Amino acid sequence: MFLELNHVGKTFTDEEKQSSFEVFSDIDINVSENEFVSILGPSGCGKSTLLSMIAGLESATSGSILLQEKEIKQAGRERGMVFQQPSLFPWLNVRDNITFPLKGIMSKKEANERADHYLKMVHLSRFKNSFIYELSGGMQQRVAIARALAMDPKVLLMDEPFGALDEQTRHILQDELIKIWQETQKTILFVTHSIQEAIKLSDRVIVMGTRPGRVISDFKVDIPRPRKREDQVVIEHEKKVMDLLEGEIKKVLEEELSNEIQYSR
Amino acid sequence: MKFNIVVKRVLFLAAIIGLWQLVFSINVFADVVFPSPGKVWTALYEGFTQGDFVKALGASFKHLFAGLFMAILLGTIVGVILGKSKQADETAGMYLIALQSIPSIVWVPLAIMLFGFTEFAVVFVVVLGGTFVMALNVRSAIHNVPPHFVRAARTMGTSGFGLFYRVEVPASIPYFMSGVRLSWAFSWRALMAGELLSNGPGLGYSLRYAQDYARMDQVIAIIIIIGLIGAIVDQLVFSKLEKNVMKRWGLVK
Repeated sequence: MFLELNHVGKTFTDEEKQSSFEVFSDIDINVSENEFVSILGPSGCGKSTLLSMIAGLESATSGSILLQEKEIKQAGRERGMVFQQPSLFPWLNVRDNITFPLKGIMSKKEANERADHYLKMVHLSRFKNSFIYELSGGMQQRVAIARALAMDPKVLLMDEPFGALDEQTRHILQDELIKIWQETQKTILFVTHSIQEAIKLSDRVIVMGTRPGRVISDFKVDIPRPRKREDQVVIEHEKKVMDLLEGEIKKVLEEELSNEIQYSR
Repeated sequence: MKFNIVVKRVLFLAAIIGLWQLVFSINVFADVVFPSPGKVWTALYEGFTQGDFVKALGASFKHLFAGLFMAILLGTIVGVILGKSKQADETAGMYLIALQSIPSIVWVPLAIMLFGFTEFAVVFVVVLGGTFVMALNVRSAIHNVPPHFVRAARTMGTSGFGLFYRVEVPASIPYFMSGVRLSWAFSWRALMAGELLSNGPGLGYSLRYAQDYARMDQVIAIIIIIGLIGAIVDQLVFSKLEKNVMKRWGLVK
């Protein structure tokens, strides 16, 4: 397998309070090359933590994560990440942000050419000399995508990248992302809490439940692209996931409510 | 600046000077202790044309720049150490706050005892005046580097020293700039305290000299110069720099 998660578990321990919290355990996921996989789940299911672990920003408490048979132990350029916040560096202009990860691995000229190539892909060539504060949120997120792509990673990890954008911009960027994916043939792991977004974009959706975090469903989305929201098949898929998640969301709410009752006593 | 703001400010100044002249004219205080605006203006004019104030200003700026430069340098080094090392911060952080709360004039007797009535003693006071506030700001600067910048940089294969100088240092610049601005303000106050008790040359020394010879017009003239320089440097240099940095770093719209 291209990307392999074997019995992966994560427990956060608070040494001062001597308490620990198990986010999830025994997660098994396999992703093949060029696949677009969404990880969908309610808040608290650990989907973002899981992605951070694949990025190498967090270590696994148990199990192993392998990319092309090699174990992931730390962050690296072969896994590009796009966060919910664009996380661009304000002291650099757009182009220098994109060449940031390329410094030291290629000449300045090559890096600039590559940046220009990806800027064109996200339709921001005109803004290559702009500073970050001059761009809108949607534009910033496109620069972040270009920056991740410019490293030519084997996997593109996206952690709710469109979560902070307005509806309209989100739809435009979703369409752009599909085009980019088809053009670059990257493997994409996309974390989201939006059912519509997951169905619209992915080849495959992994649905996670919460407390403890676990995989409750893993299915293929065989709908030809471009997908339209009003298509009957799309609606059916969305409904199916909704039914799966209903119990989970109820569980979160009930737990929060019971906490509330405990406190008020 | 908008025209009507300029008008308001000029009118306000004129009113103050008018009131001053009025108090002088009705002879509330003796002329020796309360000079007229015209006399102070003459003192200012003569001070600059005869070169006394120019020389004093030159000496003061020399002390200030030497001291401020050292303060920024030392403060940055101490601040980076405290910001990067939790051990160092837990050990020495509290003391830094204590030192920062000491008014700089308190250091003057110490400086004079250590270095005598020399210009170096004045510079020493300026350094102490500016270092601690700089160190505290640099420490905050390092602590306030947005974690998402660091995470993003790590996913781009940056770590260790590269992460420090390519991400943490530039991300710290807004707080660093505030530190420089505060360090300047504290150093300027410390400079006057130090010079007032020194054997010159310098603006503070000229002030005490004028007082010793009961030249109240010169005293007021020098106070005006001190205030004016403080305001001009702050507004023209540091405020502008800080604003530009804040805008560029996306901290204000």
